[in-house]
Amino acid sequence: MPLPAPLIEMRGITKSFGAVKANEAVDVSVAPGEILGLLGENGAGKTTLMNVLFGAYAPDAGEILIQGQKVRISSSADALAAGIGMVHQHFHLAPRLTVLENLLIGIPGKAGRIDRAGGLARLAEIGRQHGLTLEPDLPVSALSVGEQQRLEIVKALFRGARLLILDEPTAVLAPSEVDGLFSALRSMAAQGLGIIFISHKLNEVRALTHRCTVLRHGRVAGRVDDPANTTSAAMAQLMCGHEIVPPARGPSTPGADVLTLNGISTSRHSGTALRDVSLAVRAGEILGIAGVSGNGQRALAEVISGTRVPDVGQMTIAGKKVTRFSPPEVQALGLGRIPEDRMTTGLVTNLPLADSMVLPRIGTAAFSSRGLLKPDAIRAFAEAQIKAYDIRCPGPMTRAGALSGGNLQKALLARELAFDPKVLIVSQPTRGLDIGAARFIHEKFLDMRAKGCGIVVIGEDLEELLVLCDRIAVMYEGRIVGTLDSADATIARLGLMMTGAEGHS
Amino acid sequence: MSAVFEQIFQVGFLAAIIRIATPLAFATLGEMFSERAGVLNLGIEGIMLLSAMTGFTAASLSGSLWLGVLAAVLTGMLMGALHALFTVVLGLSQHVCGIGVTLFSSGLAYFLYRLIFGQQSVPPSIKGFQTLPIPVLSDIPVLGPAVFNQFALVYMAILAIPLAAFVLYRTPWGLSVRMVGENPRAADSAGVSVIATRFQAVILGGALMGLAGAFLSMAQFNAFTFGVVSGRGWVAIALVVFGRWDPWRSAGAALLFAFVDALQLRMQASGLGHIPYEAFLMLPFIFTIIAMAVMSRNAVAPSALLKPFRREER
Repeated sequence: MPLPAPLIEMRGITKSFGAVKANEAVDVSVAPGEILGLLGENGAGKTTLMNVLFGAYAPDAGEILIQGQKVRISSSADALAAGIGMVHQHFHLAPRLTVLENLLIGIPGKAGRIDRAGGLARLAEIGRQHGLTLEPDLPVSALSVGEQQRLEIVKALFRGARLLILDEPTAVLAPSEVDGLFSALRSMAAQGLGIIFISHKLNEVRALTHRCTVLRHGRVAGRVDDPANTTSAAMAQLMCGHEIVPPARGPSTPGADVLTLNGISTSRHSGTALRDVSLAVRAGEILGIAGVSGNGQRALAEVISGTRVPDVGQMTIAGKKVTRFSPPEVQALGLGRIPEDRMTTGLVTNLPLADSMVLPRIGTAAFSSRGLLKPDAIRAFAEAQIKAYDIRCPGPMTRAGALSGGNLQKALLARELAFDPKVLIVSQPTRGLDIGAARFIHEKFLDMRAKGCGIVVIGEDLEELLVLCDRIAVMYEGRIVGTLDSADATIARLGLMMTGAEGHS
Repeated sequence: MSAVFEQIFQVGFLAAIIRIATPLAFATLGEMFSERAGVLNLGIEGIMLLSAMTGFTAASLSGSLWLGVLAAVLTGMLMGALHALFTVVLGLSQHVCGIGVTLFSSGLAYFLYRLIFGQQSVPPSIKGFQTLPIPVLSDIPVLGPAVFNQFALVYMAILAIPLAAFVLYRTPWGLSVRMVGENPRAADSAGVSVIATRFQAVILGGALMGLAGAFLSMAQFNAFTFGVVSGRGWVAIALVVFGRWDPWRSAGAALLFAFVDALQLRMQASGLGHIPYEAFLMLPFIFTIIAMAVMSRNAVAPSALLKPFRREER
């Protein structure tokens, strides 16, 4: 079928930041009714390209055509006027304002007043057209993440967007919500909208998009005309420039229990409380904790990490009972932890990388003596890890916040693994990382497993858990509803348990 | 004791509350607009003082009180623009710049006042605003003489409250103000200029602070002294928090503070003379601290308050 004339065309876009060419002679076009996948690893230039299209950056060279007409887009207002809507990865919403107020921002009023009636009518119309319904007077803070994303999409349509850009929209969604998003996007495309879907989840790109453009190092590395019938491996190769082999998890030879929780319950200070949680992790095995976000995973990670004291229940690490539940205590017993949020609880973004890398053990003899730091030892440690883990950064004194997500995650991994933990707890280990970096992290986990470390992986990406874990426990409303051997586990079965259905292994 | 209370609770007492609340209401609404847009304006104390001075001077030189009010409002807007230039356009620390604006404005007020009026043993005064009874309404028993037999500026303050609420909650501009104070990036991506909106809100706030200063030197004291503001600006900052950044609640907070202040004035004048008057003077401030501690625990400030907005961050 010959495609209609492009809705939007970007020709020869080049954009540099200092010496770094973020985009170089990139051509992208989207036809009405088309869903285009924009693929690429982190740092490949996807976000820069979209920011050029949305008017946040001015390109150094190249032009943008809308329905054959050359346009200049130098602000988000220009982009909106040109019919381009963007759903950012981090939502641009004001949580304390209502749904309707978030929609009406920047829309001229009627006789000097906010046009409430007009807004409600338009919202209802969009709801009818695409099945995107929202309660207009709820504050945004009362919406689920999925609903907030829906609001962002509605916001773009509200402004008459004909082209919708979605930047990694599924990263924040539960599996059940992804289906809803996809059907809404298909409906919008069927009505003639153009959609750019940015992602590095290949299975999603294959399921949803009509065509793909793959970026690598700021250039177009290739185009895929039939994603549904192209293998993930072929696309991954385009993205990375070399073949990617998923890590092979050999049979496990688990030893004695290295981490046990027995009847742990917590009070409900923040988030979901734990209710009578018992689990055991053996040496040399990887236990996955699956569940829709907000079902007690955070509390579980905090208890194991020693940052939250349970009301009742016992925990042992390497056979020794944990009594005080403090980070130094669990660390001394052999626990390593990689927190969920790299930027807030992982490290200190404004301090040098070296400082963040020794932070959990800053008081130990390795890095300080008689209350004074040993700057040389700290620096040497950081330098050694930077080398060993191939952390890309100008040096150990670089501000930690300046590193990319993948390099930060490597740094956090290095800082724990350097001390040979007996138990490792990680949350969302590869969220936001590209294939290469994720692959590296997975390999390290499997190495640790082979060395007899017990690993707990808390995650929402079921495919990742299935590849990585020996057993998977599912959490629902603060309880463990069941544990499956990963040989018996399927996404469908886990998905069912994640909604609270009992599962038995 | 009952005689004391009789002396306290009468028409004059109610009228005093309204009068004391007026400059606080202006100042609180002004600070609220600024903070709703994400800009803390610690320049308020100095802006009120400088406006009181320019208003008094303009009125005294021209003989027109309304020209004085205009001068005070323009002064407030100008100083608001100065604060906005530093904090919104240049993105500097709002605390430091605010205190800078207060110090600069206060110094400028003293300097200009001395330059124009010289040093006099008795400070010059003007014939300030006179009460303006509103026909019919002022005949309502108790409430009439207390509320509707007041200065024109008092009526303006009373009208400013619903007007502020209307502007903030019902107009597109007000929505933009709230949005840039909560999530400037969201406003920006919706095509709203964060810089312009914040600038406008801080200048509007400055104008209201100017009105507060005008009231002090042209209706309440009819003279300019260096103690004419004496902490009312700082109180307004607390009242904004107490009022949870809402026009109605903020005005209510101003009224409550005025009630305690009027009460302590009456207590000073009444038969409780054996207590040092300073003890009574403290009351409204103690009240403010207690009220803040109790009420502001659940108060949530605009999310982007104190955070400068820069466009191309990378």
